[in-house]
Amino acid sequence: MAATQPNTDLVAANRRETRNRWLLLLPAIVILLAAAIGPLIVVVLYSFLVAGDYGGVVWHFSWDGWLGVFTTSDPFDGTLSLADAHISILWRSVKLSALTTLFCLILGFPTAYFIATRPVSQRDGWMLLITIPFWTNLLIRTFAIMGLIRNEGLVNGFLEWLGIIDQPIQMMFTDFAILLGMVYVYLPLMVLPLYASMERLNFSLIEAAYDLYATPFRVLRRVIIPAVKPGVVAGSILVFVPSLGAYVIPRILGGGTQLMLGNLIELQFGQARNWPLGAALSLTLLVMVTAALIVYVRASANEGE
Amino acid sequence: MIEVDRIHVRFGEGPGAFIALNDVSVTIGESEFFTLLGPSGCGKTTLLRSIAGFIHPNEGAIRLAGQDILSLPPFKRPVNTVFQNYALFPHMTVAENVGFGLEMLGRPRAEVTRTVEEMLALVKMTAMANRRPSELSGGQQQRVALARALAPKPKVLLLDESLSALDLKLRKEMQIELKRLQSETGITFIFVTHDQEEALTMSDRIAVMSAGKIRQIGTPREIYDHPRERFVADFIGDTNFVQAKLFADGTVELPGGARIRASLPKDAVPANRAVTLVIRPEQTVLEQAPEQAQLSGVLENVVYCGTDTHYHLTLTDGARFVVRRQNNPARPVTFEKGQRLGIGFDPQAAQVLEG
Repeated sequence: MAATQPNTDLVAANRRETRNRWLLLLPAIVILLAAAIGPLIVVVLYSFLVAGDYGGVVWHFSWDGWLGVFTTSDPFDGTLSLADAHISILWRSVKLSALTTLFCLILGFPTAYFIATRPVSQRDGWMLLITIPFWTNLLIRTFAIMGLIRNEGLVNGFLEWLGIIDQPIQMMFTDFAILLGMVYVYLPLMVLPLYASMERLNFSLIEAAYDLYATPFRVLRRVIIPAVKPGVVAGSILVFVPSLGAYVIPRILGGGTQLMLGNLIELQFGQARNWPLGAALSLTLLVMVTAALIVYVRASANEGE
Repeated sequence: MIEVDRIHVRFGEGPGAFIALNDVSVTIGESEFFTLLGPSGCGKTTLLRSIAGFIHPNEGAIRLAGQDILSLPPFKRPVNTVFQNYALFPHMTVAENVGFGLEMLGRPRAEVTRTVEEMLALVKMTAMANRRPSELSGGQQQRVALARALAPKPKVLLLDESLSALDLKLRKEMQIELKRLQSETGITFIFVTHDQEEALTMSDRIAVMSAGKIRQIGTPREIYDHPRERFVADFIGDTNFVQAKLFADGTVELPGGARIRASLPKDAVPANRAVTLVIRPEQTVLEQAPEQAQLSGVLENVVYCGTDTHYHLTLTDGARFVVRRQNNPARPVTFEKGQRLGIGFDPQAAQVLEG
């Protein structure tokens, strides 16, 4: 008896602790259900319903929303005829996001390396410079890019003043403008994780490679890049995912003619009044992002093993 | 083989610059085990890194087999380094690490594989070829780092405090291992350490450094028995310093009045002046009769150290003196604290230093 008594106390204590743990987790679970899982269920439901004439949905099952993602038979052809262009918009989204990731990597890698190789006392100052743009509203930063590249903007004005061009170069409302805006806005998201992994880099590995007859390029390829791979993966995901769903930047710099997936979705819920198609497109975006994540993480995990 | 010719290394500019190496010259021969010995901050690692090519001296030249290598980047110098923390590539296997240098040199795959096998056998790590560095113990990582640096058959192997991260037993083992590798490969080893015992046991020659300068170069025996400076005598081994007077006839007068013929430095001119005598504690004996000994002192303290006992005395001029005596349980001796004792030694074992 004397031996079992403390034992049952222990079991009771364990049970209490487990219960407390769930209680503490409850707020997080509620928020997750209400803010993420719930809306997602709504979106999945809407994608299988019929579009209402003035927006909203009619509660009848239909494949139309999903068929509309790729097919051209869109009966609700409003002011903009876009149904035919879904694939090109999808393609533009993927292409511009991939290019944004690539350019952010090309610009961010040497930047992060430069900061990580400064004396410790200077690094915080450099990182501050990288993060300052984050303190400004996205809209304002995007309009600032517009101020630079529009026909009467600083770049064209300067080139004309130099006499290099006599006609302004059309940069606004092109893929180039969107790309420029996205690289500018998302660059810090690449630099931060890259810097974090480079700061931990053991620089004697670089010396060891130099010592073993590796040229600077081979040191980069064989030693530095494998060592900072987690940072490259994290940075690429952080840039690629929001790029794919970008809305404000293509809206302003693409001027409504160069649409990306985010704009197309907005259009369905707005002017086109085709909620099921919008919901289906949203889910397509979600699937693409998830697939990209899985492929990327798998590929880098295999290589890093 | 390798000639370091009057190199200067300064970190920073102007009057605040730190002078890491000040007019350092040394010539190291083929197949020599050469050790740079000194306290931290003495410039030994700076000298090693200058030879490897990671530091560019402000003045001077470094020649390897007659050719100036200062203009060459590290990856073009036929010199390899074993780093203090090994710096093994964590994302490569042991075999890939060892083969890295040969691969970078563009050697055919078959040759790389064969040499990697040879090198792993040399350091007894064949069984670990497919492991990652993180799966190895410190001593095993050390062996891989050695194999990696030896694989490209460098003219000179540089070892930067390579044994200091190992525990004492493993360090002793690796000391023997290093000596074996050096004689088997015939490669010149330049070894940096702050451990005087390590330097004495392994080296063909030692350069003792302090404050950016080489203080003395010589065989372990020369450095230990005939230090040329107080710093060298003090840094290597335990030492007694005795204030004495040198006379024109070459004799030395000790505190207490005894005159001996001590070992004079080669270039020293005997004349009347104050000098310091270096007498090693283990080369002295205690004698019950103080009148007949060269030195005498009062016994202050007795420290038992297992293999031997240290007797701390105060000489007649107030200086401290330590006598070391090997313990022999069959023939115990007793000296009383406060007793006045004689200190005897072979005059040739006493080294005269200037000042």
